Amino acid sequence: MDVVDRFLENAPSDRLEFLRARFDAGLAWVHFPVGLGGLGAPREMQQEVERALAHTPQLDTGVQAIGLGMAAPTILAFGTEEQKKRFLRPLWTGEEIWCQLFSEPGAGSDLATLATRAVRDGDEWVVDGQKVWTSGAHHARWAILVARTDPDLPKHRGLTYFICDMHAPGVDVRPLRQITGEAEFNEVFLTGVRLSDDLRLGEVGDGWRVAQTTLMNERVAIGGAPVRRGGGMIGLVADAWRERPELRTHDLYQRLLALWVEAEVTRLSGVRLREQLAAGQPGPEGSGMKLSFAKLNQALTGFEVEFNRDLGYDDWAFRRSDSVDFLGRGPGYRYLRAKGNSIEGGTSEILRNIIAERVLGLPSEPRVDKDVPWKDLPR
Amino acid sequence: MTLLYTDVEDELRAAVRDLLADRCPPAAVLARVEDEPHDLDLWKTLARDIGVAGLLIPEEYGGAGASAREAAVVLEELGRAVTPVPFFTSSVLATHALLQAGAGELLRGVAEGDLTVALVVPFSVSPYREVGGAVTVTDGRLTGVVSAVAGADVADVLLVPVDGTLHAVPAAEATVEVTPSLDLTRPIATVTFADSVAEPLGAVDVGRTLRFGAGLLASEQLGVAEWCLETTLAYVKERYQFARPVGSFQAIKHRLADLWLDVVRARAAARAATDGTALAAAVAQAWNAGVAVHVAEEAVQLHGGIGMTWEHPLHLFLKRAKSTELALGTPGDHRDALAELADLPGPVRAEPDRPELNRAGLS
Repeated sequence: MDVVDRFLENAPSDRLEFLRARFDAGLAWVHFPVGLGGLGAPREMQQEVERALAHTPQLDTGVQAIGLGMAAPTILAFGTEEQKKRFLRPLWTGEEIWCQLFSEPGAGSDLATLATRAVRDGDEWVVDGQKVWTSGAHHARWAILVARTDPDLPKHRGLTYFICDMHAPGVDVRPLRQITGEAEFNEVFLTGVRLSDDLRLGEVGDGWRVAQTTLMNERVAIGGAPVRRGGGMIGLVADAWRERPELRTHDLYQRLLALWVEAEVTRLSGVRLREQLAAGQPGPEGSGMKLSFAKLNQALTGFEVEFNRDLGYDDWAFRRSDSVDFLGRGPGYRYLRAKGNSIEGGTSEILRNIIAERVLGLPSEPRVDKDVPWKDLPR
Repeated sequence: MTLLYTDVEDELRAAVRDLLADRCPPAAVLARVEDEPHDLDLWKTLARDIGVAGLLIPEEYGGAGASAREAAVVLEELGRAVTPVPFFTSSVLATHALLQAGAGELLRGVAEGDLTVALVVPFSVSPYREVGGAVTVTDGRLTGVVSAVAGADVADVLLVPVDGTLHAVPAAEATVEVTPSLDLTRPIATVTFADSVAEPLGAVDVGRTLRFGAGLLASEQLGVAEWCLETTLAYVKERYQFARPVGSFQAIKHRLADLWLDVVRARAAARAATDGTALAAAVAQAWNAGVAVHVAEEAVQLHGGIGMTWEHPLHLFLKRAKSTELALGTPGDHRDALAELADLPGPVRAEPDRPELNRAGLS
């Protein structure tokens, strides 16, 4: 890793300056092009870079998750050179946080039904509508946005993808208090928001295809993180089990052993998936990682509450979360927050449909909405 | 170690799969299974032409000197076809015991495919418990009865562990009585020794051999599950009800997606178990045994009435899956073993009776 050694020789000590320099050295995403945080190198080199830089300032992967996992790969795939130059560096260093304006009150799993309108006005677009379940919109400087630009076309075709300026007049972010008590996500009202045409990502009308890139990256990002054997959530549960012998029961023991096995085989299939990606043979396993992660995490968090026999809760305060701190909060919080794992980023039902149709080749359900103009669909 | 398949493994798989497609389609297995289940002609071809019998045997004894990884790939293919050959019993389980005992000359015969051997233990034995007691040695002769021995019916030499020593007994020296078995494609037999002449071969830790076998059996279970899933997918695409393919109903699709996810994880577990560690073997058996049974049971259900008939080969796979769930330790046995292997101690025993509480409770 000569390139890492050379970088470390002259690296600044200030955290932000360090991260900027790391981006400029091509050590942000090694597989990205030179000048855009990368070296045009094979993806598997990233792991070595991470190991070599483990003791240096790190990104806040909680609050930056949407930028890193979803916005960046989409900008790389569909952005103009100017857009890539403008957005990728501050996104990676965390100077600019991103959120995702996709879901709407009437369009969740059926995302292509979305109703937020963008109407062209010279070199600008005027956006009106309401988005919901927007994680981190309260810190976000930018958003990725899908809006309807032609209501006369069937629902998948009249969509366009934009970068939304969250500081623009007409953007109103309102907290949504969640099952956990806090407000990690928001409703976002867009009223006459003017976005210049150079914030459009991809062609007019091509928004669905661009969004597919985002969504596929999202599902790999959720649940795809490498963990060591017996680490992560099962590690937390197993540690508690070892430390509190007085709480152990035979019934819980059988479930713990089964969950440990499930956690281990799920981890192993994640290892296998990353090996496939590194070898350039991405397998269909990717679609399944988020699904198995959600099921396992929900079972483990439910187990944890039961094992602890604790009727308390750490904090019900209605507050804005600064970051995602899943493991830092109490068991009750984890139990409730994990309920979102099978909903956010594509429900488990939608993911099962994707596996069934695209991996297993099963026929789709009869569709009545595919060729009907969006404006004529019942809503 | 990688969890992917190497090019060599892919080539081996292709050779075995081609041969089985030609010589061992499900209809052929079904046709012979009640009269003469083992297909020894096929076994000779597999052993001699592809060289599978000696995969795990070092080159100095005429084997291929391959690793558990290659044997695992062969087992996947044999599982996919419920192939009635003694590969697992002779070339994996018994061969591992022979290697431990240092029995080079016998290994040479096994590697060439001329000699078939079987380890004389009940096939449902747990690798985590003491094995033995059923057979005793007196003046170099064996006496005793062992039931539910897999592969004994076609073995030329029986390998009997007694008190930490492996003994070789020519099949003619023992009585081998085949009994009806749940898995028609892997018959079991009761083996009786009555003052049978035996040759001590060397020391053996049977538990080690059984754990090694359990880890590899996970690959066979993976093959069984894969065949059941693929066959069911093909069926629900072509079977119409309510003027639609059955497989277009979301209720069916979601079940199949979940089965696929179980199989994906079974593949990773089976690959990991070829590293030979006790922990990886326990994890793979605890997971894969259940997956094979679950996928086979779902396959029967999703085939509707045809799934319950003798004419559809599905039942052979269900029977293989359910039998291997018990073979070399149940999933529960393997989960129990994780207590130590993964440092997950069990519940603390309840305190001894506290008489004052008991009295209070009675009053």
